[in-house]
Amino acid sequence: MKKYLTTQDAASRNDFMTYGMVLAAFIIVQILSATGLLNSQMKGLLVPLCIYSIMAISLNLVVGILGELSIGHAGFMCVGAFAAAFFSKCTDGAMPDILRFIIAIIIGGIVAGIFGFLIGIPVLRLNGDYLAIVTLAFGEIIKNVINVLYIGRDANGFHISASSANNLGLDAATGEIIVNGPQGITGTPKDSTFLIAMIVLIICLVVVLNLIHSRDGRAIMAIRDNHIAAESVGIHLTKYKLTAFTISAVIAGFAGALYAHNLASLIATPARFGYNMSIMFLVFVVLGGIGSTRGAIIAAVILTLIPEVLRFLANYRMLIYSIVLIVIMLINWSQRSRAWMEQHKLGRFIYKKKSKAKEGGA
Amino acid sequence: MSLLEVNSLSIQFGGLRAVDEFDLTIEKGELYGLIGPNGAGKTTVFNLLTGEYQPTEGIIKLDGQNITGMRTAEINKAGIARTFQNIRLFKQLSVLDNVKVGLHNQYHYSTATSILRLPKYYEVEKQMNGRAMELLHVFNLDENAETTLASNLPYGQQRKLEIARAMATNPKLLLLDEPAAGMNPNETQELMDTIKFIRKNFNMTVLLIEHDMKLVAGICEKLTVLNFGRTLAQGETKTVLQNPEVIKAYLGE
Repeated sequence: MKKYLTTQDAASRNDFMTYGMVLAAFIIVQILSATGLLNSQMKGLLVPLCIYSIMAISLNLVVGILGELSIGHAGFMCVGAFAAAFFSKCTDGAMPDILRFIIAIIIGGIVAGIFGFLIGIPVLRLNGDYLAIVTLAFGEIIKNVINVLYIGRDANGFHISASSANNLGLDAATGEIIVNGPQGITGTPKDSTFLIAMIVLIICLVVVLNLIHSRDGRAIMAIRDNHIAAESVGIHLTKYKLTAFTISAVIAGFAGALYAHNLASLIATPARFGYNMSIMFLVFVVLGGIGSTRGAIIAAVILTLIPEVLRFLANYRMLIYSIVLIVIMLINWSQRSRAWMEQHKLGRFIYKKKSKAKEGGA
Repeated sequence: MSLLEVNSLSIQFGGLRAVDEFDLTIEKGELYGLIGPNGAGKTTVFNLLTGEYQPTEGIIKLDGQNITGMRTAEINKAGIARTFQNIRLFKQLSVLDNVKVGLHNQYHYSTATSILRLPKYYEVEKQMNGRAMELLHVFNLDENAETTLASNLPYGQQRKLEIARAMATNPKLLLLDEPAAGMNPNETQELMDTIKFIRKNFNMTVLLIEHDMKLVAGICEKLTVLNFGRTLAQGETKTVLQNPEVIKAYLGE
């Protein structure tokens, strides 16, 4: 009768491999940097790698687990980034740096989550292409709104304007512009370290993987597989779609907060938070094998590294990048390689041993 | 009091009255059949009963509770579960997880409990697994249920899994939409036994749509015959099947 415990065994084995992979990467990087084998270019990439991995986890929850196409996830990251940077700018020096940074990350997540929830209510009634278009529009709107947003602070409190910094009416002596329209937020403390980014990454991973293997996660995946059937067994579609979407937005907000504290100036340019970024996150998810959190992280790391490592090839690197994309796509989805992977699954050995021991026991 | 009372249920799609003045009374524990030629409106009746469509007119009462106009998920909670004519399983979930989704509203723990993996998570999941395996055992699907994906089951077993999933929601009334469609005579016989079994052991009331006359005559106590959205005949199976109107419209002269 112990037989039915094996689903959870299989699931947690898979999860542990994901955690193991991330921890191993962390330890390897620590060893490399301790022995001085990492050049400064690579060191500068560590935090972005974590950020993009977090974005991959976030988008995988919507695209792979909930089965809805969102191509505006850079928008949630943008909201989180600006909320966190705004908080950090306002409270810089008022409390210990590490505490301020932790609160900033949480604020980034919460604000992005609120946006995710509010946008999710009308948007999640749509599906397929329509949802994709609306999320795309959201991402662009957020970026453009932030580009015309001016927020300043003086002795009298906060001033907001949507036209120019001069219209803020700041007190000349105590006034300080925090968000300066197209110039964004400058002088955010550079707090993001590899260690903190890694901790946030692991927390996000725990949240998503634990969610997937739970009552809520099953409901979310049931909606993905067949929403009519899911409803017929008493599952409230909107509730679970919103849950997944909001959690995904919160995680994107965390990534945004880390992003904001990794740069000296935060500007909502198309290159940073535009449509291209959203598509890049989507590529991570699709390439990693839709629905596979581990795959999404691996894809995020590989695709972030390739252009950087190939920098010496100048303009040809994007050519190589696209060839690698096509090759991975072909390999990932071909019947033969799938059969091969099924046969040579990592950890299969351990599993076999275990199941044999069980048979022997019974 | 009857378990299900439907009074003059109608639905209009544009100019088409797909179901017209449909009446139905099912007593607790009955095995009721709904038959009729293709396009007669049988599945539309199911979609109306489960809230998939909102009726233009009419009242549906389940166990005395008016469920007209309620949403599908709410109607399921009130006690109607169904299967689909074209199988609708959660294909990428395991056989076990399909049934556990059906158990969704019977076992509760919060999102926070699942994310933080509190002891309650393990406790409730264990109960869910036990209950799901019990149900799967009834349908002979318990072997490798945790590792087999629903989409990898053979056709006949997929049909059975759908019934198991519907049963997992602990319904008062089970609606089966052509459960024997595409099955060979052996599978149909096995299905008839299973339906009889769940009815006896779970004290289930069943309403089924079926084209297989052997199955209908074999297990249904009462029948309603639909034709062009209208009720052609209603009553005891034997009487209805001998009704000349029914023979003419459906069975062929």
